[in-house]
Amino acid sequence: MENSMTVSSPEAGTSPAVAIRGVNKIFNQGKPNQVDALVDIDLDVQPGEFISLIGPSGCGKSTLLRLVADLLEPTSGSVTIHGKSAHQARVDQDYGMAFQQSGLFEWRTVERNIELPLELKGWDKAARRQRSQEMLELVKLPEFAKHMPWQLSGGMQQRIAIARALASHPKLLLMDEPFGALDEMTREHMQAELLRICAAAGTTVVFVTHSIPEAVYLADRVVVMSPRPGRITEIVSVALGRDRSELTREATDFFARVTEVREALRGIEMADHAKGIDDR
Amino acid sequence: MNATVRLRNALAVVLPPLVLGVLFLAAWQAWVVVSDVQPFVIPRPTDIWRSFIDDFDLVWKASVVTGMNALVGLVLGSLIGFVVAVLTNRFAFVSDLVNPLAITVAAIPAVVIVGVLNNMYSLDSQIPRRIMVTISVFFVVFVQVTKGLRQNDATQMELMRSYAASPFDTLKKVRLPNTMPFFFTGVRTAAPLALIIALVSEYFGGTQDGLGSKISGTLNGSNKALGFAYVLGGALVGLLFFAGSNLLEYLVVPWRRRGRSK
Ligand SMILES: Nc1ncnc2c1ncn2[C@@H]1O[C@H](COP(=O)(O)OP(=O)(O)O)[C@@H](O)[C@H]1O
Ligand SMILES: [Mg+2]
Repeated sequence: MENSMTVSSPEAGTSPAVAIRGVNKIFNQGKPNQVDALVDIDLDVQPGEFISLIGPSGCGKSTLLRLVADLLEPTSGSVTIHGKSAHQARVDQDYGMAFQQSGLFEWRTVERNIELPLELKGWDKAARRQRSQEMLELVKLPEFAKHMPWQLSGGMQQRIAIARALASHPKLLLMDEPFGALDEMTREHMQAELLRICAAAGTTVVFVTHSIPEAVYLADRVVVMSPRPGRITEIVSVALGRDRSELTREATDFFARVTEVREALRGIEMADHAKGIDDR
Repeated sequence: MNATVRLRNALAVVLPPLVLGVLFLAAWQAWVVVSDVQPFVIPRPTDIWRSFIDDFDLVWKASVVTGMNALVGLVLGSLIGFVVAVLTNRFAFVSDLVNPLAITVAAIPAVVIVGVLNNMYSLDSQIPRRIMVTISVFFVVFVQVTKGLRQNDATQMELMRSYAASPFDTLKKVRLPNTMPFFFTGVRTAAPLALIIALVSEYFGGTQDGLGSKISGTLNGSNKALGFAYVLGGALVGLLFFAGSNLLEYLVVPWRRRGRSK
């Protein structure tokens, strides 16, 4: 199962997992309520890399993630995923996605929630059932297959949502503040689990968060963004190695990176104040 | 322990209205007996009950006639309301058109349509009444389903897009299930309405074999107890409709039984 995910197609080695080139996104162009959500975004994400996107609210993190997912189209510029257009990647279900809301379908059991993307891909029932069992093992909730979503805690629901996002073994996982609604303890546990799962499968992750320690703990690189207009202001390489544990959170290097990201964000705040813009 | 808790909860729901009902009947009986009201003015509850037992076949026959009219109209109106709402959902103007119409139909005594329909069918036909019930139910269910189809969970819709799901799959697997609670709200609201319309539409001519005709016929006569026995029959049919529509909802949208996690 894990082999099929790590074996890469010939061109995957040469092209980045995600290539964002000269992307601009303007909402309501030409109207009084025009918003320059993203300006001149360039970013390459390497296969297997974990990227955290961080920045003050409204800086365009979710917009950038939705452009990669082809849920939005860029006003200009291009997004490619393993050399394919974002649109083709979406049609091929090349990525999995998870949001702050689990978005579980209340009328489906846990296993049938995980199976939905496979069902839409035309998998037969036996194969779907086998995969959903595997995914439940992966997120350590095998005994909840027949439960209904509302019988699960918020953290468990989120794990099911992740299991569903990974059900078709995508090489790319896109996450928009998936742990934002969880308490701190559950959250740290989920972060460790996510790293374990993605490392085992070699999954590339783009992860939106507004928590600095979360961004640093998870990522190979933290992409810092600033608002009005949304831009990438700094990219912090974390370089803490891939084997991260609870000890990582107490390491000196970890704090150094947290400070670095915090200062990058503070720089944005200062610049905003200098421009006389209120942050609310 | 779980069972006793559940029993206690059920009692807490059922007991208060039951006690209130019994108290009300006792007060009625006491008042009629003490102030010596003539039975052809207001009968005693005990007399009504006796009449209900003695003339049960009369009450039963009339209840079946009116109950069937209401049921046929409820089922047809619900199905048509659901299907039309789904089919016209792509065209916002349809519901913009139908919604004010629905309010108008609810506001004016539209049962007069029955008078018109009666002229189109034979004298002993129940069809005009059933059509009337169907129309009334249709609007209630249509409005609810239309509302439901427009209230989709944003995250669920984005997920379906990320799966590149076809519009049909999105409708079948997400929007329709999402709409079911709204549909049943419509059916539950329409169930008592169906019965009332079925009863009232009997006042506009046609055969005199339903509860509505019997109630108005006997309540004007001297056998008031029998009149109230028919009313009791109507109340029981109403209770059946209430229980039936709630049971159906309980069975079809189990995820609504408990608070949702959203
Ligand atoms: N569909 C939309 N229409 C108009 N403006 C939007 C839309 N989506 C987002 N925006 C605006 O774009 C900016 C970036 O939003 P978003 O990407 O959600 O920020 P973040 O996720 O970083 O908080 C905000 O100013 C927001 O109001
Ligand atoms: Mg956001």
